[in-house]
Amino acid sequence: MAIDQGLQSELQKQGVYVTTWDQLVNWGRSNSIWPLQFGLACCAIEMIATAASRYDIARFGSEIFRASPRQADLMIVAGTVTKKMAPQVVRLYNQMGEPKYVISMGACATSGGPFHKGYNVLKGIDRFIPVDVYIPGCPPTPQALLEGLMKLQERIKGQSFARAIDRKQGEYPVPAFGPSGLQPRYNPDVWHPPAHPFGSSTTGPSAAPATP
Amino acid sequence: MLPAPHELKQTVEQLLPGVSLTLEGDLLLVAAHELAAVCRCLKEHERFHLDYLANLTAVDYPPTPASGGAGRIEVIYHLYSMAEKHGPVALKVRVPRSHPAVPSVTPIWRGAEFQEREVYDLFGVIFEGHPDLRRILMWEGFDGHPLRKDYVVEDQDALEER
Amino acid sequence: MTPTIETQTLEVNLGPQHPSTHGVFRMIATLDGETVVKLKPVMGYMHRNHEKIGEGLTYIGCFPYTDRLDYFCAMTNNFGLSLAIEKLAGIQVSERGEYLRIIMAELTRLVNHTAVTGFLLNDMGAFGTPLLYAFREREKILDLFEAASGSRMMCNYVRPGGVREDVPQGWLDRAREVVREYPRFLDEFETLLTKNEIVRQRTQQVGILPKALGINASVTGPMLRASGVDYDLRKVDGYSIYPRFAFRVPLGTVGDVYDRYYVRILEMRESVKMLEQALQEIPAASPGISPKGQAIGKAPRTFRPPKGEAYGRIEAPKGELGFYLVSDGSPQPYRYHIRAPSFINLTVLEELCLGHKVADAIIILGSIDIVLCEVDR
Repeated sequence: MAIDQGLQSELQKQGVYVTTWDQLVNWGRSNSIWPLQFGLACCAIEMIATAASRYDIARFGSEIFRASPRQADLMIVAGTVTKKMAPQVVRLYNQMGEPKYVISMGACATSGGPFHKGYNVLKGIDRFIPVDVYIPGCPPTPQALLEGLMKLQERIKGQSFARAIDRKQGEYPVPAFGPSGLQPRYNPDVWHPPAHPFGSSTTGPSAAPATP
Repeated sequence: MLPAPHELKQTVEQLLPGVSLTLEGDLLLVAAHELAAVCRCLKEHERFHLDYLANLTAVDYPPTPASGGAGRIEVIYHLYSMAEKHGPVALKVRVPRSHPAVPSVTPIWRGAEFQEREVYDLFGVIFEGHPDLRRILMWEGFDGHPLRKDYVVEDQDALEER
Repeated sequence: MTPTIETQTLEVNLGPQHPSTHGVFRMIATLDGETVVKLKPVMGYMHRNHEKIGEGLTYIGCFPYTDRLDYFCAMTNNFGLSLAIEKLAGIQVSERGEYLRIIMAELTRLVNHTAVTGFLLNDMGAFGTPLLYAFREREKILDLFEAASGSRMMCNYVRPGGVREDVPQGWLDRAREVVREYPRFLDEFETLLTKNEIVRQRTQQVGILPKALGINASVTGPMLRASGVDYDLRKVDGYSIYPRFAFRVPLGTVGDVYDRYYVRILEMRESVKMLEQALQEIPAASPGISPKGQAIGKAPRTFRPPKGEAYGRIEAPKGELGFYLVSDGSPQPYRYHIRAPSFINLTVLEELCLGHKVADAIIILGSIDIVLCEVDR
């Protein structure tokens, strides 16, 4: 239930501040997001540069990068996720406490990036865990990471807190190592392969979905 | 000063009777069963003193109609000397692709340990005498040797089949 | 009679997600109390199949991937591949291109050694402060890289024949400014760290690498020089125009973590000297790339080096970075192999850590100076 803006500003002039529970809590939540210290590859250095004194991420509330997933709200997946590393990423995501968010930083975490042809590269972490914000770039400059963080803050401000803590997503299944890749190749609850724009050469668009 | 490749070949053949090397470009082709003796000579003899193994890798040549159906894998070694500050000497060992086996040089140069494990992981070459030959970059249980030319990557298409 | 206590060793996983493993690196440490009795490194968590991907690209197409090998040192990675391609195809380098390459390589050395010292102090427990000082200086040099090449980290700038394009107007003056200020920062850094009691207690006599083991295990770079072995490729191979520069090679005596830290500080001072000389002697107003290099850059798919192979190596800030190329006459390399210094320097990790405590194992790893993208390629 939103408050009339005119009434709100009139009251503020009199020194009375009126808000909703959601707005207040979300203001606090979005301005104190603690990321998990989880840099994988080159993007991690731009993440550290963002945390350094020039592009200070502490001004946005992310003062401390927590080493333990239990104490973190945000997992910035910075760098290429390889198939060997993917089960560990999913385990870390499972260990984080609700409400938790994921930023996929860089081209590699979004879709495999320049290495998408590799036999050991997972083509995007969103195949196994839900992602809130995607940041393009290789690597994204610190300014881009801060823009992504601000987008996440807007998203949090728009969430209802009661619904956010009640999400109870449960554990996401951890993929296992198969003889030539991960099993399953993706988590069907989270991601589906996009439809081929011209139909495929072997199966038509109306064929039964392939098993993951 | 390190002798030129053809002189090097002659000197090694004189020091190790029964061993014969072939010069291919600037690389010395060594037979697999003679590799350990040649390497020990190159490392310990004061004429060469090649105490530093800079690079150990492999190249895959799958069978082609031109080669008569025989595939081969070549293992390459680049040797330098830190004591005398000279080099390089490049060695090559040719093994058949169907059962590639090469004696390990880890007892001679410790620096070969990880590089041989990598060649085993990615090409499938067995290094006899290696202290701990197992996969280093891919996970245990991975099937296949990815850097071979005929390895098929499972999900090459970015847009997977529905 | 003193009762004997039955104890068991504990196997602990350090990594792959860990605050101080410099990336996704896993160490399986067997501990007897706090002392390390066995340590097995596990890598491959960042294996991105660079070599296989390179077999499908043109030679120039491989350059952006070399940037992403050791991401602190993009310029020197490009330099290594350029040397290998120039050997393979016999390409000349222009005079100004040589000077620009040396300037970029030594600036990269400053960036790398500053950052690794910051990270080493971070591992020691000086949580953040030296790292922030180091990153403050690094940002000044990254601004120079961005002005010259368009990107802070992934520069893709050094090419066969010289450099991709000449530096903009006023760049050399800005570079002289940065280089002039650098010794002051190094003095500040050293005052706080070199004679610091805590740094000395934690790093002296820890992780000693004996000379003979270092040579036998193919260790290169500052880690080897800290053990007293005089092997710097800039002097031994004398590649590019390094013989024109007057610089010394600092050597350590003991080979412990302190020596590795101090060798890097001294190398930074030598790099500053080289930069001052290069910025003074650089020829004005001449092309930054030779004509053949420019032709290859404009039409990479028509560049077919002759059949053969070449191994080109440079003194990267982490050690000997080598590129082994086999050409079959087509525009794509038949075999493209990277000899990564971080990967091979890790051979001795177990030996260095045995008998020390877990906390020492972390700083020994920090002093080896690894970057996982280079270890796993």
